[in-house]
Amino acid sequence: MSVLIFVDQSEGHIKKSSFEILTYGAQLATQLGVAAQALVAGTVADDLSALGKYGVTKVLHAPAEALNHVDSQMYAQLVATVATTQNASVIIFSHNQTGKAVAGRVAAKLKAGLVTGAVALPDTTSGFVVKRTVFSGKAFANVNILSAVKVISVNPNSFHVTATEGKTAEVETIEIAATPKIKVTAVNKVSGDVPLTEAEIVVSGGRGLKGPENWGMLEDLAKVLHAATACSRPVADSHWRPHHEHVGQTGFQIAPNLYIAIGISGAIQHLAGVNRSKVIVVINKDPEAPFFKAADYGIVGDAFEVIPQLTAEIKKMKGI
Amino acid sequence: MKILVCISKTPDTTSKIAFKNGNTVFDDAGVQWIINPYDEWYALVRAIELQEKDPSAVIHLVTVGGADCEPVIRKALALGGNEAIRVNADSTDSYFIAAQIAEIAKQGGYDLVLTGKETIDYNGSTVGAMVAELLDMPYVSLATKFDLNGTTATINRDIEGGEEVNEVGLPVVVSCQKGVAEQRIPNMRGIMAARTKPLKVTEATAVEALTGIVSFELPPAKAGVKLVPADNVAELVRLLHEEAKAI
Repeated sequence: MSVLIFVDQSEGHIKKSSFEILTYGAQLATQLGVAAQALVAGTVADDLSALGKYGVTKVLHAPAEALNHVDSQMYAQLVATVATTQNASVIIFSHNQTGKAVAGRVAAKLKAGLVTGAVALPDTTSGFVVKRTVFSGKAFANVNILSAVKVISVNPNSFHVTATEGKTAEVETIEIAATPKIKVTAVNKVSGDVPLTEAEIVVSGGRGLKGPENWGMLEDLAKVLHAATACSRPVADSHWRPHHEHVGQTGFQIAPNLYIAIGISGAIQHLAGVNRSKVIVVINKDPEAPFFKAADYGIVGDAFEVIPQLTAEIKKMKGI
Repeated sequence: MKILVCISKTPDTTSKIAFKNGNTVFDDAGVQWIINPYDEWYALVRAIELQEKDPSAVIHLVTVGGADCEPVIRKALALGGNEAIRVNADSTDSYFIAAQIAEIAKQGGYDLVLTGKETIDYNGSTVGAMVAELLDMPYVSLATKFDLNGTTATINRDIEGGEEVNEVGLPVVVSCQKGVAEQRIPNMRGIMAARTKPLKVTEATAVEALTGIVSFELPPAKAGVKLVPADNVAELVRLLHEEAKAI
């Protein structure tokens, strides 16, 4: 028996959401008294034995070049085959783009119960109950997985990474015959920016910023905080900012350590996308803005005056 | 060409979320039901656009749910689609729904199965993947653009850290999100036509339950906001650094 963790990679590098699920899977394995193993697909530049520091004892690596793109059919075949040969009782994914493409297929293939968007380790005192977000972040559900094999996809930024430096894992290479049915004709990677769903800090702007030309000051603030930038739905709908920055019920649901909302009134649909943030700061000139009720800290004031001061004060605090 | 569009009913985005029976059941008192926005705005509208280009294309809508789903599916038919199929069952989990849709898809022999990227109530983002697996078809998730040239689809989709362009032969299952199409408002002619479009009801196939909801809970309430005067931004930075330890 084992817990098998599917480790996602992007351009040969393993990402933060995978470190989170490695930690999650290793802690679950300890809880169940079984081994934790990782599975990596495609060409990888990183040292895979180093994944041992997150608590896995073995890393299975399928380096076939055909796996460099996420073809859900091939990936599901790979994960299901490895899960069966390794006698995995639980398979862990990140609930990111890759997990959304593959986890459902693996679950259907293995007739395994699936919980997506998990935010905590399973409670195994009575059954196998996993807490997950529902209603786009407005509530949680505790879901019992009834099948023998179980699949869980964990929400990014909902589980703290722990590592023991120096611990290594055994790496085993596996060969699989993979022929994708999907042809990838172009790949556009967003480079440089902090990906929104992985960001520790997010600075977000709403209609209160009045126009796309005013985003420079928000970007300056994001820069000093190493934060990702986001926006409300009206801002994305007006094409002031790209759609991939839209957070809310019909955009991305995020859970950073710190969410700074500037000029966003805090409609229920927006709150649904951000209310799992650990700390929320609201800056709005309207003291009646509903967002203040969901905030930890707030400033009632003009964004155009407050933001530059905030950037300057943070620079002062950081000594930059 | 035959297109199957998967439709869910979800609570309106402004709904207050509450639970009853000891937090085991969603309290739908006073809740306005809508077509899941991703199903409606993107999957359904794109299917309609494809049919406008190729009038020989046939669009079927499928939903899994009780008779209370019918107003929502009529609303979808008012936008477009030739007929709808309702699998008469209370959905238990995403695998149950996927198994029902896969069964309908097998019988109908569809070239294209479109879903929204997720429903706004359970947010599983997983039914499309499961349907594809049960049909042994390719699956393109989180599409932001969808074009069809003969029997080859060209699809832009979100991947970790960017997007890629896929080319795939039909049949294929695709989950749709913003970018694939633009929201439409049904017109009076569509609303009238929807009343007489066929809405077939079929019984569900038996599926073993793989998961079960034990309880729901609401997020803990915030303790209350700490307001800092606008002329003392330094104090906010101090609080975030020393008290919240967030920066």
